[in-house]
Amino acid sequence: MSRDLSYAAVMGRRNEIMKQAIGIDYSVFESGGISFDYERMMREAGYTLEEIQKIQSDTGVGNTPIFELKNLTALARKCAPKGKGARIFIKDEAGNPSGSFKARRAANAVYHAKRHGYKGVIAATSGNYGAAVASQAAMQGLKCIIVQECYDSKGKGQPEILEKQRACEALGAEVVQLSVGPELFYTFLTLLEETGYFNASLYTPFGIAGVETLGYELAMQFREKVGRDPDKVVVTHAGGGNVTGTARGLIKAGAKDVEVVGASVDLSGLHMASDKDFNRKSFTTGHTGFGIPFATWPDRADVPRNAARPLRYLDRYVLVKQGEVFYITEALAVLEGLERGPAGNTSLTAAFALAQEMDEDQIIVVQETEYTGAGKHPLPQLSFARENGIDLRFGSPEEEKPGQNIMLPAHPNMIKVRDFDLNKAKMSYVKNCINNYKVNEISKVDLEFLVKDTKSDDEFIINALKELGVSVI
Amino acid sequence: MKAKKGDWVCIHQIVLRPEERAPQVPEDTKTVPLELWVKGFALHEAEIGQEIEIETVTGRHVKGELREINPGYSHSFGKFVPELLQIDKQLKEILYGGEA
Repeated sequence: MSRDLSYAAVMGRRNEIMKQAIGIDYSVFESGGISFDYERMMREAGYTLEEIQKIQSDTGVGNTPIFELKNLTALARKCAPKGKGARIFIKDEAGNPSGSFKARRAANAVYHAKRHGYKGVIAATSGNYGAAVASQAAMQGLKCIIVQECYDSKGKGQPEILEKQRACEALGAEVVQLSVGPELFYTFLTLLEETGYFNASLYTPFGIAGVETLGYELAMQFREKVGRDPDKVVVTHAGGGNVTGTARGLIKAGAKDVEVVGASVDLSGLHMASDKDFNRKSFTTGHTGFGIPFATWPDRADVPRNAARPLRYLDRYVLVKQGEVFYITEALAVLEGLERGPAGNTSLTAAFALAQEMDEDQIIVVQETEYTGAGKHPLPQLSFARENGIDLRFGSPEEEKPGQNIMLPAHPNMIKVRDFDLNKAKMSYVKNCINNYKVNEISKVDLEFLVKDTKSDDEFIINALKELGVSVI
Repeated sequence: MKAKKGDWVCIHQIVLRPEERAPQVPEDTKTVPLELWVKGFALHEAEIGQEIEIETVTGRHVKGELREINPGYSHSFGKFVPELLQIDKQLKEILYGGEA
């Protein structure tokens, strides 16, 4: 059999390949225009909360503990104005099999694949999702291939990513490693075509639904332990699944007044597909390189309609700096006795700053942590950065320039959050919809969809459309 | 160095030559090929640098250039970073050392 394996030909076959590999007919949710029936998709192609709880319980996933970080709270109060400094709590998702919250998404994806008769699963990820899928595949008896972007053209691999390869191989998966480039997706497609395995995409309805238990559990745990809902929940944001799932879970638990804050590491200025920039950043995910594109155009993922729709759920979106996250990782270890991976502390860093805006009797929760080990640790990540010419020193985080330096805050009171203008992101999203569907008028159904998808109102969308010269029929 | 049949090895492939890459890649990435590495069991004997066919753990047969025999893991806890000790000291001073 000779398939045309050229880049253009494979990409041309992507829709058929995807259709075989996901087992969802997305066309039934489409309207023919911009809008699609998101809730119907989540209902019909997803699983109910109860079903997911059962699947996760059967695979050792979930029911992770909540800790109150009393010493970090005390530190935040020392940095904050009098009377300020909310209680900081953390949900230790590192306790899941494979060491991160990604197990919640993987459990569902692998269950779904097995139920539909697939012999194996494939995931394209340089992150914790790979190990999560490998772990679930091992448990549920399916084969597993993880495709990861790991090396630059000089053959240098980032410690954090090498550790993920090791973890996946330790769990019995085949790991295919690539050099830098968006053609990861092309390789992924060729493997799906070759093997007929299931696409364990991060962005399927059931993948996202897997995270709903995190938000639901969190709400239930707080009611039991503290007697009320938290005021803010901080969620690391990259592809949007973490935010979407957690928010939906909170809503299902009736915790409607909880503010959902997304947090990303600021890597602005770095190009994610650049061979040169690849090893000049110290975070593989949870950063603006994914966070902003996925917020402003979620349907760029490996599925026709992304179930992760962050703008639908975000109340606020803040950025933190690389140096700040390494500082807080160290603080978590020596002040709280919790040694956890740096990337998993992105939202803790944001929470440390956000707590200082809040009153002492308020509560802020960080909804995840990740495991730590060789490679996934400040020591190897920072020494690798230094070896690659990054200037690592103490100073002001505001002077951090991704790709050039990492500024460890000279004092914890320098740790701040910088707001990313969600209105701007929403406008970008509307613009992307209009450009993608090439329309100059939209229906009321589309308008309603855009309002929901941006957590805004008619006025906001109509104004946004006016600026683009688009009318509503 | 020779790999025997059945040895655990790592192989390398050029998936796309520079001129075959996706149109949207930035300038620096455009000049280098898309490379692939994967591990498996050698299906026959070969020297490092020669083409070899392997069977991966999922049973796929893949051909590539033999790069390493018995590949291990080289990532570690890295080199010492003195700044981390300074952070520890500062944190303990702020919380417990009587600093206002």
